Amino acid sequence: MADIDDLKPGDEVPSRPPRQHRLRAGLGLVLRWEALLVVLLGATIAYGASVSPYFLQSTNLFYICLNVGEVAIMALPLTLIVITGEIDLSVASMLGLCGVAMAELFKHGWPIWPAMIAAVALGAVLGAFNGFLVTRVGLPSLAVTIGTLTLYRGIAQGILPTDTIGGFPAHLTNIGVVPIPGTHIPYSIAFFGALAIVFAIVLHATPLGRSIFAIGANQEAAFFAGIRVKRIKFWLYVLCGVLCGFAGVLWTLRFASARYDAAIGQELYVVTIVLLGGISIFGGRGTIAGVVLAVAVLGCLQTALTADLVPAQDQQIVVGALLLASVIVPNAGDLYRRARERLRSAGARRHRAAAVQAESR
Amino acid sequence: MTSIEPAPLLSLEHAEKSFGAVHALEDGVVDLYAGEVHGLVGENGAGKSTLVKILAGVHRPDAGRLLLDGEEAIFDNAKQSQEAGIAIIFQEPTLFPDLTVAENIFVGVQPLKRFRRIDGRRMRREAGAVFDQLGVRLDPDRVARGLSIADQQLVEIGKALTTNARVIVMDEPTAALATTEVERLFGIVEALRARGNAVLFVSHRLEEIFAICRRVTVMRDGRHILTRPTAELTVQSVIRAMVGRDMDALFPKVAAEQGPVVLKVERLTREGAFTDVSFEVRRGEIVALAGLVGAGRTEVARAIFGIDRFDAGSVEVGGRRLRPGSPTLAMAAGVGLVPEDRRQQGLVMDFSIERNVALASLDHVRRAGVIPRGAERRFAKDWALRLQLKYSKLTSPVWTLSGGNQQKVVLAKWLARQPSVLIVDEPTRGIDVGTKAEVHRLLSELAAQGVAVLMISSELPEVLGMADRILVLFEGRVTREFSRAEATEDAIMQAATGLVDQAA
Amino acid sequence: MTTIAEEKAVLEPQQRSHHVAEVLLRFRELGIVLALVLVVAGAAIVNTNFVSLTNVQQILSGAAIIALLAIGETVVIITRNVDLSVGSVLGISAYATGVLYVHHPHVSLAVVFLVALGVGVVCGVVNGAIVTIARVPSLVVTLGTLYIIRGIDGAWAGGNQVNASMLPTSFNRIGYGTLAGIPYLAIIAGVAVAIATYAMRSFRTARDFYAIGSDPPAARLAGIPVGSRVFLAFVLSGGIAGIAGAVWLSLYGSVDAIAGVGYEFQVITAVVVGGVAIFGGSGTVLGAALGALLLNTINSALDVVNISSFWTSAIAGALLIAAIAFDRLIAVRVAPALRTRRSSRG
Repeated sequence: MADIDDLKPGDEVPSRPPRQHRLRAGLGLVLRWEALLVVLLGATIAYGASVSPYFLQSTNLFYICLNVGEVAIMALPLTLIVITGEIDLSVASMLGLCGVAMAELFKHGWPIWPAMIAAVALGAVLGAFNGFLVTRVGLPSLAVTIGTLTLYRGIAQGILPTDTIGGFPAHLTNIGVVPIPGTHIPYSIAFFGALAIVFAIVLHATPLGRSIFAIGANQEAAFFAGIRVKRIKFWLYVLCGVLCGFAGVLWTLRFASARYDAAIGQELYVVTIVLLGGISIFGGRGTIAGVVLAVAVLGCLQTALTADLVPAQDQQIVVGALLLASVIVPNAGDLYRRARERLRSAGARRHRAAAVQAESR
Repeated sequence: MTSIEPAPLLSLEHAEKSFGAVHALEDGVVDLYAGEVHGLVGENGAGKSTLVKILAGVHRPDAGRLLLDGEEAIFDNAKQSQEAGIAIIFQEPTLFPDLTVAENIFVGVQPLKRFRRIDGRRMRREAGAVFDQLGVRLDPDRVARGLSIADQQLVEIGKALTTNARVIVMDEPTAALATTEVERLFGIVEALRARGNAVLFVSHRLEEIFAICRRVTVMRDGRHILTRPTAELTVQSVIRAMVGRDMDALFPKVAAEQGPVVLKVERLTREGAFTDVSFEVRRGEIVALAGLVGAGRTEVARAIFGIDRFDAGSVEVGGRRLRPGSPTLAMAAGVGLVPEDRRQQGLVMDFSIERNVALASLDHVRRAGVIPRGAERRFAKDWALRLQLKYSKLTSPVWTLSGGNQQKVVLAKWLARQPSVLIVDEPTRGIDVGTKAEVHRLLSELAAQGVAVLMISSELPEVLGMADRILVLFEGRVTREFSRAEATEDAIMQAATGLVDQAA
Repeated sequence: MTTIAEEKAVLEPQQRSHHVAEVLLRFRELGIVLALVLVVAGAAIVNTNFVSLTNVQQILSGAAIIALLAIGETVVIITRNVDLSVGSVLGISAYATGVLYVHHPHVSLAVVFLVALGVGVVCGVVNGAIVTIARVPSLVVTLGTLYIIRGIDGAWAGGNQVNASMLPTSFNRIGYGTLAGIPYLAIIAGVAVAIATYAMRSFRTARDFYAIGSDPPAARLAGIPVGSRVFLAFVLSGGIAGIAGAVWLSLYGSVDAIAGVGYEFQVITAVVVGGVAIFGGSGTVLGAALGALLLNTINSALDVVNISSFWTSAIAGALLIAAIAFDRLIAVRVAPALRTRRSSRG
């Protein structure tokens, strides 16, 4: 007789598993999601190769990596935040503000290294502010980070309204445009790769990672199991700020100049990578491997589209559609089930009505 | 029945409902006449709520018929049930906190004036008239946020009356009410009966059933057992019908040697929840917190474990004071809590069995910072064996288990930490009889092994059968303390309803 | 007589508690009006030009656009959703309007506004359908359509621009014309806000929005068609954003692919500052419109006190955060006070 009677009105009944399950029933489908990404990656590469004979050449691969480096780095901490069931839309603004801060400090006579470190530290502060508002004040992360998206970008604009700052040491700006010696790998994507390995281990094999999943799957149960929900969330926001600051430094060096609108609107790409990577928007599900694959897909797609002479504006359509698809597709099974149920119930009604009529005759 | 007897207003015939493999309702039968208050009783898990939800149009029965005025009715959703004249008053009503009382009453059916505009004045007036009819005072213009549960029920009843509902189903309406509020509710039920409504009164408090119901239906394990006028029944005969088994066999109480005090709670107070609660639990002892739902028992447990902060008083474990508001520290001090709400608080339903078992022991499973492959599995397997968990694969999500086995997973999670104090809140709610006995044996064994057990339970037989000492809470205060020898169901019930002076 | 006296005694405390709630609800609108007065007074002291007719007219016209968008956004947020695509919808509708005039210079105003409305409704239908049928959080959906619609706009417009010379004077006059010193735009927005405020109070459908945002499962249980209501909210928001696009073009006179970029943040800020709960269920269109006015007035005041207008976006963000933090504070401090004061006794 189990626990049907414990349910309050409106609760899901046990036979229908909790929402996340309906998104991707069981482990099998999660694997299939990553398989889907591999297929998508293959298709993208095929498209790229058909558009340009140079697509698969190492120089081109270098540029593919270069284009997504910073965005990919920001996607990693956001992955953890989304798994806990929260969101951070301010990532691109943090990147912009940290880049501006670094450049301003450099302009005012700071040596470049302290300026870079200060920029990353500023990222930590910005992330901590997000985390403080979400965990301590208890505000919804969506509203908070829409606010800080505007606020951080606004501060960057206030500091550095129209001009750009450049003149950074060439040996540093070079790391933005040349590969690691002896390879075809840009520095930014190497950082991403190293970070991805660390993130994968932490998320999938440590108590902290397990706690992050538990928070996203059921925050209350996690708290009842002694997991420090607020503390973990707070530090994830700080981590996110740090890596966005770091991405800001890389971005500024890559373009050899700082502008207030650096990476404006790139939160779309970061969020798309995370959700395309199979991280459930409702929290509690996903893998770093998926996110790495999503980075590859997006990077190849962008470069292929550019090679196909698709203008940047139109690429936004593609990326936006990809974002929508990555949240709609996992729901497709659920949609199908609901449609079928509705049909069946309508059928049953007709059947019963007919039976009643027949009886009354 | 003779032919003079009027036809029932509503009758449910042999309704069945399954959720996957779980048969929630195998033979649901109930018939209601106009001007009748009809009791529906049964233990937790007997299928009462499923039956109510079928009437409410929330669930569609897999088999069986629902007749209204002798004609078959099929509800696809709650709205159709409402339109057919059935109103459900849930234990905790779901009002819209941001809307006013009057708006809550008329949601979706607001009186209209020209151009289909809502006639706010008439809405308020009619809401006021309904409350006058019920003999209660409630401001129709007040927002619903912050209403007491009793007042929220009033709003629901008001809604039922304005929609001219003929059948009113009250699902455990008194569970969260204070005594005076229960009396007021009884007055209202009587008023409804006098108007010619049929009232289905679901409760597990038999004294209430006998006080206001003309007939009573007893359910057990999803089946209809009997329907008879209350005049022909006694409390004992109803209990026998509800339980259908020998009570004593259920409680394998092992006499345990009691050691020093492990948990010491002193003058614990949390404003609005409980006041000045003091007690001790010794090594090897099982202490029960009895009382009605809403008396503050769960709140005390939450405060001890650090889920909520408390305003005054102290909690000591093994002679050391606990810092309030930190489950992590309470766990480090050796406290475990098996919470009331298994699905929301006890388990991460999405996680596999093994992950749930290990969730509170990750630091023990960890080697050099990471959780090695297989270590978690071995850890969980060990505990699954010890608790005789029935499962197919340890990697299956925990929601695939039955309620009883889910509860075993929660217990395993805490036993794996080898706690010195284990708090269990309604440990056997909604689980089958067999597993229930196992849980009882487990708690007994734990105490015998020297764990201090604090048990919260609404089931008096369980309290009487398991506990060495019983504390009774009423409206947030400890009203009486019983030793195992002196406790009786009557005495506990009286203390739990605030009738301390007459007691003993 | 005694019974009446007793009744009064019982009723009085209830009435007072009701007033507390009432004041708290009205408080926000009063607070914004007060803030408005302070900002205007402060700026006027620094520079009397601030209260000059032209400046006030400019503030009102600018606020009118945001206030219009805020009407739709309010409806969406009240249902516990969010529409991030309003700026893009405004942009594409403005461009569509411009293109319509380029190809058909003599088309009537009614047709122009119908086309603008149609463009917006199509966008709203897309948003609403994905949110309600696919059951995807509106945040993600509208973040996606924000860029998709902007992308379509960009692909359509390319580098082209429609400017004032291609538009008929009758259309441009909507943007700069005044009636008794009040800009037409302010009148349009004022009337729209008044109608919306009244409608949100007086129609069942509108009350359903509040019920849905207040407690979605309960709304479903009460038989409210949650899906179709949420769908309607997005269609309304889209439609209003479409009309706002035409209005925007009449005000600024020229349109390219970046019209309305970033408006979504201003609009959400205005709505939240105006007292609409970000978690749905409560708030008024009037409050949101006042929020829009406050936001625009502050921006204009910054110019006057010589703070660079480049800071406006930072201030909008700070205001948004301050507003939700304030709401939270009210909820934490005031809710227990309401709860302990029982509304009736048995």
